[in-house]
Amino acid sequence: MTTIDVGMPVSGLRSVPHLPQEAAKQTKREFTSDQEVRWCPGCGDYVILAAVQAFLPELGLKRENIVFVSGIGCSSRFPYYLDTYGLHSIHGRAPAIATGLATSREDLSVWVVTGDGDALSIGGNHLIHALRRNVNMTILLFNNQIYGLTKGQYSPTSRVGQVTKSTPAGSVDYPFNPVSLALGAEATFVARAMESDRAELTTILKAAAEHRGTALVEIYQNCPIFNDGAFEVLKDRSQQEARIVRLRSGEHVTVGAEGDRKVLVRKGSGVMKFIPEAEAATGESGAVVAHDPTLDDPSQAFQLSRLDTPEMTHVPMGIFRQVSRPTYDDLVRDQVRAAVDTAGGPAGDAELGELLRGRDTWTVE
Amino acid sequence: MSSKTVQALDRVVIRFAGDSGDGMQLTGDRFTSDTAALGNDLSTLPNFPAEIRAPQGTLPGVSSFQLHFADHDVLTPGDAPDVLVAMNPAALKANLGDVPRGATIIVNTDEFTSRNLAKVGYTTNPVDDGTLESFHVHPVALTSITVEALAGFDGLTRKEKERAKNMFALGLLSWMYTRPTTGTEAFLTKKFGARPDILAANLAALRAGWNYGETTEDFASSFVVAPAKMPPGTYRNVTGNTALALGLVAAAHRASLPLVLGSYPITPASDILHALAALKRHGVTTLQAEDEIAGIGIALGASFGGAIGVTTTSGPGVALKSETIGLAVSLELPLIIVDVQRGGPSTGLPTKTEQADLLQAMFGRNGESPVPIIAPRTPADCFSAAMDAVRIATTYRTPVFLLSDGYLANGSEPWSVPSVEELPDLHVAFASEPNATDPKGEPVFHPFLRDEETLARPWAVPGTPGLEHRIGGIEKADVTGNISYDPDNHDLMTRLRQAKIDGISVPHLEVDDPAGDARVLVLGWGSTYGPIAAATRVVRNSGRSVARAHLRHLNPFPANLGDVLRSYDRVVVPEMNLGQLAMLLRAEFLVDARSHTSVRGLPFSTVELADVISTTLEELS
Ligand SMILES: Cc1ncc(C[n+]2csc(CCOP(=O)(O)OP(=O)(O)O)c2C)c(N)n1
Ligand code: SF4
Ligand SMILES: [Mg+2]
Repeated sequence: MTTIDVGMPVSGLRSVPHLPQEAAKQTKREFTSDQEVRWCPGCGDYVILAAVQAFLPELGLKRENIVFVSGIGCSSRFPYYLDTYGLHSIHGRAPAIATGLATSREDLSVWVVTGDGDALSIGGNHLIHALRRNVNMTILLFNNQIYGLTKGQYSPTSRVGQVTKSTPAGSVDYPFNPVSLALGAEATFVARAMESDRAELTTILKAAAEHRGTALVEIYQNCPIFNDGAFEVLKDRSQQEARIVRLRSGEHVTVGAEGDRKVLVRKGSGVMKFIPEAEAATGESGAVVAHDPTLDDPSQAFQLSRLDTPEMTHVPMGIFRQVSRPTYDDLVRDQVRAAVDTAGGPAGDAELGELLRGRDTWTVE
Repeated sequence: MSSKTVQALDRVVIRFAGDSGDGMQLTGDRFTSDTAALGNDLSTLPNFPAEIRAPQGTLPGVSSFQLHFADHDVLTPGDAPDVLVAMNPAALKANLGDVPRGATIIVNTDEFTSRNLAKVGYTTNPVDDGTLESFHVHPVALTSITVEALAGFDGLTRKEKERAKNMFALGLLSWMYTRPTTGTEAFLTKKFGARPDILAANLAALRAGWNYGETTEDFASSFVVAPAKMPPGTYRNVTGNTALALGLVAAAHRASLPLVLGSYPITPASDILHALAALKRHGVTTLQAEDEIAGIGIALGASFGGAIGVTTTSGPGVALKSETIGLAVSLELPLIIVDVQRGGPSTGLPTKTEQADLLQAMFGRNGESPVPIIAPRTPADCFSAAMDAVRIATTYRTPVFLLSDGYLANGSEPWSVPSVEELPDLHVAFASEPNATDPKGEPVFHPFLRDEETLARPWAVPGTPGLEHRIGGIEKADVTGNISYDPDNHDLMTRLRQAKIDGISVPHLEVDDPAGDARVLVLGWGSTYGPIAAATRVVRNSGRSVARAHLRHLNPFPANLGDVLRSYDRVVVPEMNLGQLAMLLRAEFLVDARSHTSVRGLPFSTVELADVISTTLEELS
C-alpha cells in the first residue's frame, strides 16, 4: 500500500481540474442557474445562496467538476439554483450519497447542503459517519432551529421551551450543539458562521473548500416564517459585540468591545471562563486561552464549543478545528490503485479469465 | 494392497453433521472440491444455525452440509442422505428423521457420553439401544483415534488434536468413495503454512482416516462413482454468492466502467461483500457503510458519477433501502440491488432460504415505482443473471433487483467457465454534448429527453462540460427535468417510467415439454429450478407428460408468458413463500394458477414436488 503524506496539508481541491490561468475569470452569473428561486421572501437562504454564487468563481475550478448534493428541506433546494451538477436527494441521506460520489470521483469538488433536521435528525447517523471517515467534501449545515419545509415543527437544534406547531406547550427535547457533535465525531474541519456576515462566511467557505477531508460549516440562518429572529441577538449591533466570540487562530479568545473586553482563561481545574481583561492580565485567575484550531487533540475546540448556551450569551464563531488526517476516499482509492499497480496495471481479458477460472478447475473434453 | 471390494454407484448423497465448532462446513467444502475434481456432477446444501457457536452439543448448535454427486447431471442436493456422518448425539437426533432406512450412519462414539446424550434428551444410547437397527451403523471412536494418531505431536494440546477429527472423518469418507485427497492436502498446506505442527497434524489425521477405512474390517467395501458426462469445457465449482460477485465484476469489465459496492453486512449476503472486497486488483471499490441506507446511497452516488453502483443485502436491508430505490427510479440512474433472500418476516431465519421478497421487490415502495426483477435459478446461474442485471440497469437507466436466496448463495455446483470474449458486450455511451436548442437557438442539455427506442434518458456524468444539470426526487418536467407539479406532466412521467420498464427486452419463456402433449405446466422462478426439474424428470420417467418452464425475468414478464399459461389445462406454481408469483400471474393474466407453497427454510424435495405433479395429473384424468 502506498502511504499518504500527511505532513503538508493537501488542498481539498488538489485533484479537481482548474481553469487554465489565461481563461477569463468566471463570474457569479455563470454559477446562477435559470431556475426561479422559491424560498419565502426574507429567507436567510437567499443570503447564503448569494454568498456561495459569488464565492464559487474564486475557486477557479471548472464548473462541470463541482457537484452539490442535498437532502430534503427548504435549504436542500439549494442545488437547483447553482449552475453546477446537482443532486437533490432524499431526507437525511446526502452525506451517504456524496460519500459514494466523492470516493469514486476524485476529480470532483463535492458539496453537501443540509438543514438542522436533515443533518441532525433523520440523517444524524450519516453525518457522524461522514465526519469520522473524513471523506473529502464540504457540508453546509443551514441551522434555522426549525423544520421549515414541513411548516414549523421543532428540530434537534430548537431551544428547550421553544413553542412550535408540534410543541404548543414548549419543547422538552434537549438540543444538539452541531459544533460539539461534529467535534465529538472527530471532524477535521468544523466552523460556524452567520448568514448575515458575508465577509466572514466567505472566508470560512474558502477555508472549508480548501480543506482535504470533511469540512462541516454550521451556518445560522433565519427563517422569518416559522422561527423569526432566532439569531436576532447576534445580529443586533448593540448586543453583537458582547455575545459573539470571534475565533482567530493564534489570538486570545475574547468577547466584547474595546474597553469592555473579556478574556477567556482556563482555571487550574480546567474550567474555562470569561473574565475582565484587566483581571486576566494578573494571571491569577488562570491561563489566558489562545485559539489554535490545528491542535490534534479536539478537547480545547470542544470546550470552546461549550461556551455556547441556548441564551446565546457567548457564541463562538469561526473555525473551531482545522487539522489534517488521511481522508477516507484517498485511502480507499489508494488501496485499489496499489492493488492494480502491483498486479502490473488494469486487468485485461486475460486477467478476468483467470479470475473466473479460479484456482481449482478441471477440463471435460 | 487392499483386499476389499469396490462397488460402482451412480449417485450418492452424503450429509456431514456435527456441532457448529466441529468444522462440518469445511469438511463438506473439501469433499465437494475433491468430488468436483473427479468430474462428478454435484449440488450442495449447507445448513447452519444463525448463532456462531450455540451451546456445544445442543440441537440448536447442529451444523450440516449435504452433497449430492453422480455420474449423470445433478439437479438438487438430494432429498435424503445415503450416508449420514453424525459427529455427536445432537447431530444424530437432528438429522435422523431425514435418513431413510437402510442408509449408512457413521457416528463418533466418543461423543455419545451420558452427559451429551442427556443434553438432547436421549435416555439411552441410540447407537446400541436398537434405535438404529434399520441402518448400517459404523460406530467409530473418531475423537480418540484421531488423538491417538497424533500421539507424536508433543507441541499440540489435546484440544488441538481433537480439533483435527473432521479431517479424520474426511479421510475416511474419501477412502469410502475413492476421492483423491491431494486437493485437500494442498488446501491445508496453504491454510496452515504458518503453523507447520498444525499442518502436519491435519495431514496426519486425514491419512489416518483414510487408513482406518482401508484396514478396519468394519468397512467391507469402498465405492466409485464414475465422472458425469458433461458438455466439454473448463469447469470449477462455485457457490451462488461467488458466481454473483464474479458476474458483477465481469459485467463492469465488459462495460469498461468501475464497479462500486456500498453494503452493510447481513446474512446470507455478506460473502458477496467479502468476495468483492478482495477484488481491488480488478478495480473494484467496496465501501462498508454505516447502515443499509448509506450502502445504497453510496452506490447511487457512484452511479451518478458514472460507475456501476451496486448494493448487496437481504430482506431486512431491502426494507431500509426502499426510499433510495424510489429515488433511483425517479432519477433514472443505473443501480443494482442484490437481495439474497432469507426466511422472514423481520429477522426471521437468517441462515435459511425463502423466496418471500418477490412482492417487496415488486411493490415495496411509495408511489408508482416499477423496478425490473431478475432471479437466478442455480448457484452458477448467478453469474449470468448478474451480468443481465447490469445490462438492463445501464441500458434503461434504472435500478434493477437481483433476487437470489440463501439456498443459491451457499449452495454450489460445477460451472462451465465462459471465455471472456464470449461474454456480452455491455458498453454504454455517456452523454457528451447538448441534445437540444433553446428558443434562442443556443445548445442546451435536457436530462430527461428520452431515447425513442428504450425510453432511457441520457446518462450525463459530472465532469462533462456543458451538461451541468440538477436532478432530484421531486417530479420533473418531461424532457427538461425541471421541477414540475403540473398534473398532466406527473401523469405523463408516471406512465413513461412504467412504459420504460414494461418495454425492457427480455427473452421469450422457453417451455420444456419433450413429449409435446402435456396438459400440466409447472412454472417456477429462482432457486426452485432444481427441485422442479428433478420432479418433472421423475414423473416423465414413469411415462407421464408434464411441461416445465422457469422464469428468470419477474418484471417485466416475458412477452409470451400469457400465451404459454393459457395453453395448459392446469398451471402449478411451486414457491418458497405463500404464493407471491401465483398472485402476480393471476392479477396479470386472469389464469387459475395453482400454488404449491412451503416456507420451511429448506428447498423443496424432489419427492414432494413429484407428488404434487402426480396429484394434479390424476385430477385431470
Ligand atoms: C422520509 C421523510 N420523512 C419526512 C419528510 C418530511 N420533511 C421534509 S423536510 C423536513 C424537515 C426539514 O427540516 P430542515 O432539515 O431543518 O430543513 P429546513 O426546511 O428547515 O431548511 C421533513 C420532516 C420527508 N421529506 N421525508
Ligand atoms: S419556511 Fe423558512 S426556511 Fe423555508 S423558505 Fe420559508 S423562510 Fe426560508
Ligand atoms: Mg431547519
